[in-house]
Amino acid sequence: MELPLYLIPLFPLAGFLLNGLLIGRLHKRIISLIACGSVGLSFIYGVKFFVDLISLPEQSRVIENIVFTWIPSGHFHVNIAFLLDPLSAVMVLVVAGVSFIIHIYSIGYMHDDKGYGRYFAYLNLFVFSMLILVLADNYLLMFVGWEGVGLCSYLLIGFWFEKKSAADAGKKAFIFNRVGDFGFLLGLFIIFWQIGSLDFIAVFEKAPTMFVAGGGLITAATLLLFVGATGKSAQIPLYVWLPDAMEGPTPVSALIHAATMVTAGVYMIARSNVLYMMAPVSLAVVAIVGIATALLAATIALAQNDIKRVLAYSTISQLGYMFVACGVAAFAAGIFHLMTHAFFKALLFLGSGSVIHALAGQQDMRYMGGLKRAMPITFPTFLIATLAIAGIPGLSGFFSKDEILWKSFSSDYGSIWLWAIALLTACLTAFYMFRLVFLTFYGEGRMDVRTREHMHESPKVMTIPLTILAILAVIGGYVGIPHVLGGDNRFEKFLEPVMHGRYHPSGEEAHALASSGYGASTEMLLMAVSVVLIIIFIYLAYHFYLKNTAAAGKLRDRFSGVHKIIYGKYFVDELYGALIVRPIVNGSLFLWKIFDVLIIDGLINGMATVIGDISTGLRPAQSGVLRTYATIFLVGVVVVIGYLLVK
Amino acid sequence: MDFPILSYLIFIPLIGFIAVMFLPKEKLGLIRWTSAFFSFIPMILSFYLTYHYYYNFSGTAGMFYTEGPFSWIAPVHVNYFLGVDGISVPMLFLTGLLSFLSIIASFNIVNRVKEYFSFFLLLEAGMLGVFCALDFFLFYVFWEVMLVPMYFLIGVWGGPRKEYAAIKFFLYTLFGSLFMLVAILILYFSSDPHTLNMLELIETVPSFLPHSLQILAFVFFFIAFAIKVPVWPFHTWLPDAHVEAPTAVSVILAGVLLKMGTYGMLRVSWPMFPEATRFFAIPIALLGLIAIIYGALVSMAQKDLKKLVAYSSVSHMGYCMLALGAWTSVTAITGCMFQMFSHGLITGALFLMVGVLYDRAHTREIAAFGGLGVKIPIFTGLMVLFSMASLGLPGMSGFVSEFMVFIGAFTASAPNLTIITGIAVLGVVLTAGYMLRMVQRIFLGEFNREKWGGLTEMNVREILMVAPLAALTVIIGVYPAPLTNIMKATLENLVNLMAR
Repeated sequence: MELPLYLIPLFPLAGFLLNGLLIGRLHKRIISLIACGSVGLSFIYGVKFFVDLISLPEQSRVIENIVFTWIPSGHFHVNIAFLLDPLSAVMVLVVAGVSFIIHIYSIGYMHDDKGYGRYFAYLNLFVFSMLILVLADNYLLMFVGWEGVGLCSYLLIGFWFEKKSAADAGKKAFIFNRVGDFGFLLGLFIIFWQIGSLDFIAVFEKAPTMFVAGGGLITAATLLLFVGATGKSAQIPLYVWLPDAMEGPTPVSALIHAATMVTAGVYMIARSNVLYMMAPVSLAVVAIVGIATALLAATIALAQNDIKRVLAYSTISQLGYMFVACGVAAFAAGIFHLMTHAFFKALLFLGSGSVIHALAGQQDMRYMGGLKRAMPITFPTFLIATLAIAGIPGLSGFFSKDEILWKSFSSDYGSIWLWAIALLTACLTAFYMFRLVFLTFYGEGRMDVRTREHMHESPKVMTIPLTILAILAVIGGYVGIPHVLGGDNRFEKFLEPVMHGRYHPSGEEAHALASSGYGASTEMLLMAVSVVLIIIFIYLAYHFYLKNTAAAGKLRDRFSGVHKIIYGKYFVDELYGALIVRPIVNGSLFLWKIFDVLIIDGLINGMATVIGDISTGLRPAQSGVLRTYATIFLVGVVVVIGYLLVK
Repeated sequence: MDFPILSYLIFIPLIGFIAVMFLPKEKLGLIRWTSAFFSFIPMILSFYLTYHYYYNFSGTAGMFYTEGPFSWIAPVHVNYFLGVDGISVPMLFLTGLLSFLSIIASFNIVNRVKEYFSFFLLLEAGMLGVFCALDFFLFYVFWEVMLVPMYFLIGVWGGPRKEYAAIKFFLYTLFGSLFMLVAILILYFSSDPHTLNMLELIETVPSFLPHSLQILAFVFFFIAFAIKVPVWPFHTWLPDAHVEAPTAVSVILAGVLLKMGTYGMLRVSWPMFPEATRFFAIPIALLGLIAIIYGALVSMAQKDLKKLVAYSSVSHMGYCMLALGAWTSVTAITGCMFQMFSHGLITGALFLMVGVLYDRAHTREIAAFGGLGVKIPIFTGLMVLFSMASLGLPGMSGFVSEFMVFIGAFTASAPNLTIITGIAVLGVVLTAGYMLRMVQRIFLGEFNREKWGGLTEMNVREILMVAPLAALTVIIGVYPAPLTNIMKATLENLVNLMAR
């Protein structure tokens, strides 16, 4: 019997309903069994469907499942329907797999929290929404998942809602995402307007005929969709919510704000590659915003002291990288980095969670140090992840990052400048990540004595997930070894039917991509340059933060102005507050107090007063004296008769 | 249907109104349960009607249930004529449901209980009547019948400024209905032979009424209906009425009375004056846009929770107006109807929730609270749910309606409308802004244990009161087809009528 696709998201939904409705009534063991079990089942089914998919011939790798008609009205028609193709298959495996690992980790991390049941209910709801997002067969259902993950993000950032900063951060995340949604919705409207459908297959088939390539409408539509992506995936100008999102429990930061949800924008653009290929201006915007975000966030990460904030800015920066890939039409490379990033960034966050756990909640790196020996599993796994993100050859991050660097240089949409800035970002990444490692695990312990005595490695339920992720962070890249290193980039090949085959028979951009015109020697040279530079920057980090710690302070004092700006995150939050939030709040008060109460009500009450005065004035006429009435009546009759006679 | 279900719908609460008046005033329990009974029956009837309509008539347009016309006041051609189609059936369902829930929610009224409940039943009869009437005289009578009990319900059982609010509501609405009366008289005297039959007039008005009079009558009707909706700038009665009205009255006000305005437009103005509708389409859509943005901004400034919800209604009804401006699009008009239904559920529920909180805290000032999520988690959960529904989260009814309105109006092939709709989408950001701000300031953050330590969780009666609304919001959000199917044929026909 054919199993329907909807089973994949159905399990976590069931888990959410069970844990959500029976909140506080279940034993912790059962709660975690339901939560982890349902996500585990999703993963197993994901694997099963993945196997089904790859057993199909390459060009027909699509499994569809229409569940029911969702909104039928007039010309508008949209289904609840799912679509599994190579792209969504990769996403399902990453999402369900990483989620499962983080669910397990959470059992240990959240063990003593009084909101245990609520936490797992939200987490399951998140996995459900995320799976809807990646499995949807049309833009609207994708938007449902899109909003669903936003809701879960809101709920989980504000999980410890008694803390004002957590509640604020949740609200901020939601509203910034809504700003993005504004763009996303308008993008959908334009697509539906021109094509008459929101189904992926129909849209991508008809787009080349219904839109003028490079025209205003397709450019507008893709740019608006990208606005949505900047909200969800924390890019300029909507990135500011993500660092604050670190108020949530650390496994949430790992799952939602690093590995899965924030990559939704990248997924969406890769999914819409046919549309973006028709709008070169939009591609350029994506690349520029991506590279600017990557660099900006990397510079901010240099100066942060909170371990999770460094990782948050690092996430923003890495997401920028993925957008650079999309912007130079190397969508597969973007998804490749999305996957490897999911492994090592989840690992970094979980590792930092393990550190925070060991230090009784301490997140400030100035009070860490020397944890290497106390944490025999956390440290090596964390180091592996750091090497991976830095792009050291042999680890997953190397392959995916190098692919993006190469494409940013060699693609028809790339340029040497793009490559140079991307490389600079990679160097900065290596620097701040090793700064983090040296400050946390090496040198003298700077925590107080009490904390030092209680330092401990985390329980198995937390360290086993770390180990699994570490393995993935190492081997995850070997599915995409580039040709130049003797591989055949199977990952890219696997995704090819989605990127430009099936939906786009002409295969124009396939051609465009293939003719990059640079030889293997160039690619090797650039690769060597980047590896050498990255190693130099790692040494610099070693120099400043381990060998000669005074030098870091000196450097900071020398450039104190720059440091202040970077440390203050370029004061973008303050800018938004002054330019947007304040005026809206004041404007709303003005509309209410002045326009509504003073003007409209003033007019109406004024009218009532005038009428009241008039009637008061007329009151003497109603004297009740019969004779007066009779006289007036008589006069009236005479006037009327007179009028009739004269006429 | 083998019995006159529409007449039963209207007259059962009317009988209840009289019956309750004759009950001894100190037997509070008896009065409450009698009233509950007399609103329970119409609710069941409205459910049955909806069910029956859905299974038998949802594919076809036209008035299938008619009762009458029976000659009533022959010399002036007044008939007793009732009927329902895909526009009125969902409204009757909503009215039946919300009236019963409101009666249940009113069990804690202690002041002049007998009068309160009898007025409430009279109000219900009036509302159900408006949605059934197909004769202008009858329509007008029911329209005015609602006004009187509403006036007293606000003026007697209301809050501190109840007299001001009640008289403001009364005058505003009366002002509007006078215009409506004049418009009806224009139609009556211009038709030949004179008629007040709405169905006939829909057929014939475009052909017999001079252009200028069509415009005039349209404007007069529009004023009457716009005040009810309320369309900006006629909305200032609403926040006052809501804040002063007792909980159940607010529920009815937001859930049913506001819909009378848009219902009137769909039932009367739009099909009867297609030319005028076309003429005014863009200005109407603009009024919708203003309401969406203005209402949302003013909501953001509110310090009183109930006033916030009241202004949010102004904003949400703006979506209906925007859709009505996009009259060529069946999708937009369906979205309008869907929004009327959905807003009735969501805002009705929000007002019930505000009432629950007020009963305990005796204040509605948002700033007075904080961190309540710790103390009353069920209440918090439900309130967050309804807030999310209100801000149009997918998976709930509000999203479906907003999306239909937007996509319908955006693609209605009128460039002006596309731009207006594009700006109106900003509403989704602003709505999220004020709703989340409210949730945060009341339920999140630090909990003031000294001040609110005695706050109690919702009781079973209160949970049962809002549970059906929550369930319906989610059900038709996930599976809207039953509701859209009921409306589909009627609305398609309506758009054709307007295209004449």
